Amino acid sequence: MFEWLSWFTHMENTKPFVLVLFTITFVFIIVYVFTNRKRGKRLESYKNIPFQDEDENGQSKDIKDEQ
Amino acid sequence: MVASSAPVEQYNYDIVRKFTIMALVWGVLGMLAGVYIASELAFPFLNFDIAQITFGRLRPVHTTLVIFGFGGSALFATSYYVVQRTCQTRLFSDGAANFTFWGWNLSVGLAAISYMMGYTQAREYAEMVWPIDLLIAVTWVVYLVIYVMTLRRRSQPHIYVANWFFIAFILATALLHIFNNMAVPVHMFSLSSYSLHAGVQDAMTQWWYGHNAVGFFLTAAFLGMMYYFIPKQVGRPVYSYRLSIIHFWALIFLYMWVGGHHLHWTALPDWTSTLAAGFSILLLMPSWGGMINGIMTLSGAWDKLRTDPIIRFMVVSLSFYGMSTFEGPLMSLKSVNALSHYTDWTIGHVHSGALGWVAMISFGSFYHLIPRLWETKMYSEKLIFTHFWLATIGIVLYISALWVAGIGQGLLLRAFDEYGNLAYTFIETVSFLHQPYVIRAIGGGLFLLGTILMGYNTLMTIRKAKKERTEIEAKIAAKLANA
Repeated sequence: MFEWLSWFTHMENTKPFVLVLFTITFVFIIVYVFTNRKRGKRLESYKNIPFQDEDENGQSKDIKDEQ
Repeated sequence: MVASSAPVEQYNYDIVRKFTIMALVWGVLGMLAGVYIASELAFPFLNFDIAQITFGRLRPVHTTLVIFGFGGSALFATSYYVVQRTCQTRLFSDGAANFTFWGWNLSVGLAAISYMMGYTQAREYAEMVWPIDLLIAVTWVVYLVIYVMTLRRRSQPHIYVANWFFIAFILATALLHIFNNMAVPVHMFSLSSYSLHAGVQDAMTQWWYGHNAVGFFLTAAFLGMMYYFIPKQVGRPVYSYRLSIIHFWALIFLYMWVGGHHLHWTALPDWTSTLAAGFSILLLMPSWGGMINGIMTLSGAWDKLRTDPIIRFMVVSLSFYGMSTFEGPLMSLKSVNALSHYTDWTIGHVHSGALGWVAMISFGSFYHLIPRLWETKMYSEKLIFTHFWLATIGIVLYISALWVAGIGQGLLLRAFDEYGNLAYTFIETVSFLHQPYVIRAIGGGLFLLGTILMGYNTLMTIRKAKKERTEIEAKIAAKLANA
């Protein structure tokens, strides 16, 4: 039933298989990140997250006054 | 009501403060141990025939205190700070966070004492005996739970990239720690144990752990630090967020494969070490991509380098990150490795990464963090400048000395005369190392001095903050008394 798994135990099969698998995945990530202008704009907008915890004067909002 | 105007922390900064202080304490102690053992190599009489302070016992004390004590505490502090600030939510469970503080510091302290007493499982960078390994595993799982639960409670829809690096570091370290330390104790009340792995598999597991400790503990996590603190200090967002995504995925994918390059020309199958060398060369791309992303964040703000010592720390750290991630792939080539392996070139390479990249980015981040944690300014900016120069000159002396030592040593060990005999005796290769070892110890001493100055500057900053708070409270009390 699981004999097909033995195909993976041969290095001459596994090495090119893994190479192709990871190369395709990596190329997919690059294509996903760098194509589609709208998506690119959205991704780039996340770079401002570290500055969203500051008020208009650039002061940290980490202290709040309890009423 | 009077009491109602008292400020309340929205975030859990108490745990960040505690880890920051312990990072500096372990940093000074660990570097002191490092300078001492470097001096022992140059002047062996410093062993004084006392077993507890010989090189063999103090060396793991040094590596454990600086990697796990200083580096680990710095990562706990900054990751707890960054996850709260970028998710705009308080850290999950103050009690659990305190548990990680005590669990981690107890592990580091016990490890150092046990090494000096001669207890070790002799796995490099994982010398802790099995009960300490168990304590670390429990502490680490709690750390993971805190981090994941805090991310789940975030106010932001997106998880900022710094947190990706931190979560990858936490997950990978858990995996590495558990699989590398699988062992059977000799008996219930013995500190000794047998590794579950044997022979070349044991060596491969150990270097799979060893290099990924470099990759995930000392690189990925500190990149998380870089992606938050450099933009914050410069006042500009990271150069390219999309590049940071590629940087992340390429780095975490490639690092897992490269451990075998530590075992070139050994019993390890040739294809395994060739594969590791291949992936090491590929690693250059994401590493330099990340470095360029960090450096380019400064574009348009380079003038700040003249006046801001914190940015200097950060830029130098990125430069050393670029340099050591170039040197690493170079040394992973089998032909270069045949010369460099088993020589001090390796030690120099490790320190250009550890001092130049890890420690410098930590110092920069701490100088950004400390005034915010204690709500005051640093006690002395001049001391920060002095620290910067001491650290930079110290690193340059250190790595130059070990380039000379390592390359010279490698050449001497492989030199043959016309009859095919070794041209130099072993003791000649040892005596050649004396001068570079002295310079290395001086370089390390300067770096230690800088860290002590930072400790002093931090202590005075904390005292100043307390004084300022007392004065404000006295003023408020006086005003209310007059009202």
